Amino acid sequence: MQRIGVFVCWCGSNIAGTVDVKAVAAALKNEPGVVFSTDYQYMCSQAGQNLIKDSVREHKLTGIVVCSCSPRMHEVTFRKSAAAAGINPYMVEIANIREQCSWVHKEMPVGTEKAIILGKAAVAKVNLNAPLTPGESPVTKRALVIGGGIAGIQTALDIADAGFKVDIVEKKATIGGKMAQLDKTFPTLDCAACILTPKMVDVAQHDNVRIFSYSDVEEVKGFVGNFTVKIRKRARYVDEEKCTGCGACVEKCPQRKVPNEFNLGMDNRKAIYIPFAQAVPKVATIDPNYCTMLKTGKCGVCSKFCEVGAIDYKQKDQIIEEKYGAIVVATGFNPISMDKFDEYAYSQSKDVITSLEFERLTNAAGPTAGKLLRPSDGKHPEKIVFVQCVGSRCAAHAEKGKEYCSKICCMYTAKHAMLIRDKYPDTEVYVFYIDVRTPGKNFDEFQRRAVEEYGVHYVKGMVGKITPEGDKLKVRASDLIANKQINIDADLVVLAAAIEPDKSARSLATMLTASMDTNDFFTEAHPKLRPVESPTAGVFLSGTCQGPKDIPETVSQAGAAAAKVIGLLAKDKLTGNPCVASSDPLMCNGCSSCERVCPYGAITYEDKEFPGPNRTVKIRRVAVVNPAVCQGCGACTVACPSGAMDLNGFKNMQIMAEVDAICK
Amino acid sequence: MQKITTQMLVERATALLNNGTVSAVLGWKKGEYDYDVTPGVFKSAEELSEAFVYGDFSAANLSKYLIKKTDSITGKILVFLKPCDTYSFNQLLTEHRFNRESVYAVGVQCGGMVDIDKIKSIAGDGVLSVDYSSDELVVSTLYNGDVKIEKSRVLAERCVNCKSKKHVAYDELLGESGEEISSGRFDEVERLESMTPDERFAFWQNELSRCIRCNACRDACPACTCEKCVFDNPNSGVENKSPANSFEEQMFHIIRAFHVAGRCTDCGECSRVCPQNIPLHLLNRKFIKDMNDFYGEYQAGAEVGSRAPLVNYTAEDIEPSDVFNRRGEDA
Repeated sequence: MQRIGVFVCWCGSNIAGTVDVKAVAAALKNEPGVVFSTDYQYMCSQAGQNLIKDSVREHKLTGIVVCSCSPRMHEVTFRKSAAAAGINPYMVEIANIREQCSWVHKEMPVGTEKAIILGKAAVAKVNLNAPLTPGESPVTKRALVIGGGIAGIQTALDIADAGFKVDIVEKKATIGGKMAQLDKTFPTLDCAACILTPKMVDVAQHDNVRIFSYSDVEEVKGFVGNFTVKIRKRARYVDEEKCTGCGACVEKCPQRKVPNEFNLGMDNRKAIYIPFAQAVPKVATIDPNYCTMLKTGKCGVCSKFCEVGAIDYKQKDQIIEEKYGAIVVATGFNPISMDKFDEYAYSQSKDVITSLEFERLTNAAGPTAGKLLRPSDGKHPEKIVFVQCVGSRCAAHAEKGKEYCSKICCMYTAKHAMLIRDKYPDTEVYVFYIDVRTPGKNFDEFQRRAVEEYGVHYVKGMVGKITPEGDKLKVRASDLIANKQINIDADLVVLAAAIEPDKSARSLATMLTASMDTNDFFTEAHPKLRPVESPTAGVFLSGTCQGPKDIPETVSQAGAAAAKVIGLLAKDKLTGNPCVASSDPLMCNGCSSCERVCPYGAITYEDKEFPGPNRTVKIRRVAVVNPAVCQGCGACTVACPSGAMDLNGFKNMQIMAEVDAICK
Repeated sequence: MQKITTQMLVERATALLNNGTVSAVLGWKKGEYDYDVTPGVFKSAEELSEAFVYGDFSAANLSKYLIKKTDSITGKILVFLKPCDTYSFNQLLTEHRFNRESVYAVGVQCGGMVDIDKIKSIAGDGVLSVDYSSDELVVSTLYNGDVKIEKSRVLAERCVNCKSKKHVAYDELLGESGEEISSGRFDEVERLESMTPDERFAFWQNELSRCIRCNACRDACPACTCEKCVFDNPNSGVENKSPANSFEEQMFHIIRAFHVAGRCTDCGECSRVCPQNIPLHLLNRKFIKDMNDFYGEYQAGAEVGSRAPLVNYTAEDIEPSDVFNRRGEDA
C-alpha cells in the first residue's frame, strides 16, 4: 500500500479564487492510500517545495499528488523535490486544477467539485505507480536545416561557426529564398542582394555546411538527438560537380518560353536555367516540364555546348539518408493567391500586381532592368495606388483571406512608395490603409519620411473596387477621415498580399510530429518563453514558418534557434524518458499492429521460445520495444488487440483507475 | 457452375493423404442431423469416408483452426476454404498467426449456406433431414412430412449479402473461382445510420440485452486470436465473464468490435454462432463502412500483408475534425 501525500496549491488566487482548496485537501484526505493532505499558497515556491520534502520524511510518504497547474509548468519542479526527499521522481502525479479547472470555471462549487475529482483520479493513479529510471541516449552531432532562405542560412552559419556540421535542404535550385527576390530593404534601404549574397557565399564555402539544393525532405524517423532523415535530391539533369555555371547551355537552349518563377512569371527563362546571377550553387538545372530533350528525346543542344560534359539527361532522383541530432524548420512563406480577390481585378489586368512582383519590377536584375514600367504596355505609370491588407486582418471565418496581420506590408509599402517618389518625382502615389503599423527600430520615422519628405498620399480607408477601363484602372475607394468617396484613374495598382506559410510546411509538420496552428504556422513550445523551439523535442523553428516576420526579426530568431541547437549538440548524452512501452511476451500475438503504428520504428519482432505441453518447446513471434528509441507516445498500446503492450507510467490499469475514480 | 459435392472433396483429400502431401485434413464433420455439421480433423481415408461432409450446412470458417492445428500436427495440413474463408486465411497470415508452409489450402466454391432457423420457421420443428442436392431443398419433418423450400428463401444472412465468390488464397482450386460481388451488405447499416440516436440506442439495447456472454462470437471469430483475450485477463480489469449489468454486456460487444476493427473480414461467423441471434456483424460492418468512407475502400484479407487503415498512416488521412463535421449532422 502506498503512503500518499496530497499537496493542494492555491497559486495565489489563480486556483484559490475558484476552487475551495481547503475543501479539496480535506476531501482527498479520505481517499485510499492518502496519509497526509494539505494546502499551501505557492507550492512551487522554495517554502512550498520544502513543505513537500519535510512531509515526505515526516509521514514516510511513498507517493505524492500535487494539485496545481499543468504538469508542463511544474512537474519537473515537484519531481526534483521528490528526488531530493529520497523518493523516485516518477512517484509524483500532478492533478491539473488550474488550466483544466479553476481557469475554465467561474463558480466556486463547480470548480471545487471538479478539483476534487481530478485529485481523486491522480490519487488512484499514484496508488498504481511504480518507480522508474530513465535511460540515456547519444546525440548525433549534426543539424539539419530545412529551407535555405535567410532564416535557414543564418541558422546554418551560426551552428557551423560553433563547430558543428549542418546540412541545408532547399527545394528550389538555389538558396536565398524570398530575400533574394527583394530589391531594397526597409528601413535602411540597403540592397537586399548586397547583404544577402555574401551570406550565401559564406554558407556555401563553410567547411561545416553541406547544401542540398533542389531537394526535399522525404522521411523523418527517430527522436531528439537521433533523427534519421531521408532527403530526395531531385534530378536536375546536370552534374553539380562538373558544371561551372558558365551559362553556355542557357544561352543556347532553344526553349525560351518558360515562365521565370524568380521574376514571378513576368518574363521568360529557358528550359535549362540558373535562377539568378548570384545563385548558390551556381549550376544549371533542366526544367523537365519544358525541356524538349527530356520530353521528346530530340534536341540535346545544351549537351552539345557544355564544355565539361555536365549535362546528364538520364540523371535520376537520389535518396540520401543521414542522421541528425537536431532539425531546424525554416520553410518560410509565400504571398497568398489573389484568386479570391477579384474585386481588385488582379486577374483582369496585368497592371494590377502584388508587392513581391513590384520588388522584381524595380530590381535592376528584374524583367524591366529596374525601370518602373507598366507590365501591360511598358509605359511609365504616372498614378500608382497601393492597397494595404489584401487578405490580411480579414474577419474570422471569412471565406477568403487571413485573420492575422502579415506584419511586413506597412513597411515595405512605405519603402515602395518612397522609392518611386525618389526615382520618379513626377508620379503620384496613393496608399490606402486600415492602420499603419510601424513598431520597430526606426520604422515610424521611416514611414513618416515617406509622407513628409516624399509626399506619398496616405489615405485611411479601403479600396472597394478596381475596374480596368481603357488603359486606366478605375479605383473606387473611401477616405474615412474626409468621409468621402474617392475615384482615382490609376496606371498601376500594387496589392500588399497577405503572406502565408509555404505549402510544404503541412506535410513536413506531419513528418516531424510538430504542431501547427490553424493557419499552418508552426507552433512554438511556449509563445513567450520558448519561442524558437517546437513542442517536439529536437525540432526548432526559424523565421516566418513560425509567424510573419521581417528580415531583422527573422535573423534574430534564426540565431536564437541556432543557439538552442548548439546547446543540444554540445551535450554528449541525453537523459531519456522512462515512460516507454513494453510488451508482455506471454500475451503478445506477434500480429504487427504495434509495429505499424509506431512513428519511431521502436518495435521489432523476435522468435521466442515458450514451454509447450509435454516438455515441448513452442516458438512464437513476439514484439520487442527498443526503449532508447521509444518516445512513449502510447500509439502501440491502443493498437494492441490483446493488451500485451503497455506504457510505463501510463499503464492501462492506471488509466482505468483514473477513469474509475472520475466516474465513481 | 459445377456443383461441388462431398464426394469430390473426399476423393481429393484421400489422394493428398495417400501421396503424403498432407498428414491431416481440416474439414467439416457430419453430426447427428444434417444441420449439425461441425469442423473436424481427419487423418485417414476411413475417417474421411465415414464422417466428412461438404454441403449447405458446412458453414464454419476453418481458417482459425489452423493456428492450433498447425502447432499440434506434424506435416502439412489440408484445409478446405470457401471464398469468404480465404479472406480470414490471408488476414491471419498478415498477422503471422500460422505458417503458410504448414498448410495446403484447397479452395472450394460455395453456393451459399443455409440457416436452419429460417428452415424451421417455414417447415416447423422436428426437422429430420434436409436434402440439398438441388436448389429446391427437401426438408423432411416429424410433424409436417416433406416440405419443399426454395434455397434462396433460407440462405444465411451473410450469404444473402455475400461479398465475394472469389478465392483470394489457395494452393489448388476445386471447381472455379468467382468474382467479388456487391450485394448491398451495407444496406442494413445505412438503415441503422438513418435512425435517430435514441432509436438506434433502443435497437442495440434490445439486441444486446439478449446476450448471455457465452463468448461464442469471440471464440469463433477468426480475428479474435489473441494468446490471451483481454476478457480473460485478470490484469485488464474487464475480465468478468458473467454480465454484472446490462451496460457491461454491451461494452463487451462494442470493445470487441473495436478490437477487430480493420482486421474483420466480414465473414459473419459472430452472428452465425450467436445462440441468441444478435446481429453482431452489423457492428463490424459499420466500422468497415466508416473506414471505406474515410480512408477509401479497404477489404481486410484481400491480400497478405496489406496495411489496414487504422494501423497505417498516410499524409492523406482524414483529419478528426473532418470526421466530426461529416458525422456532425447525424450525431
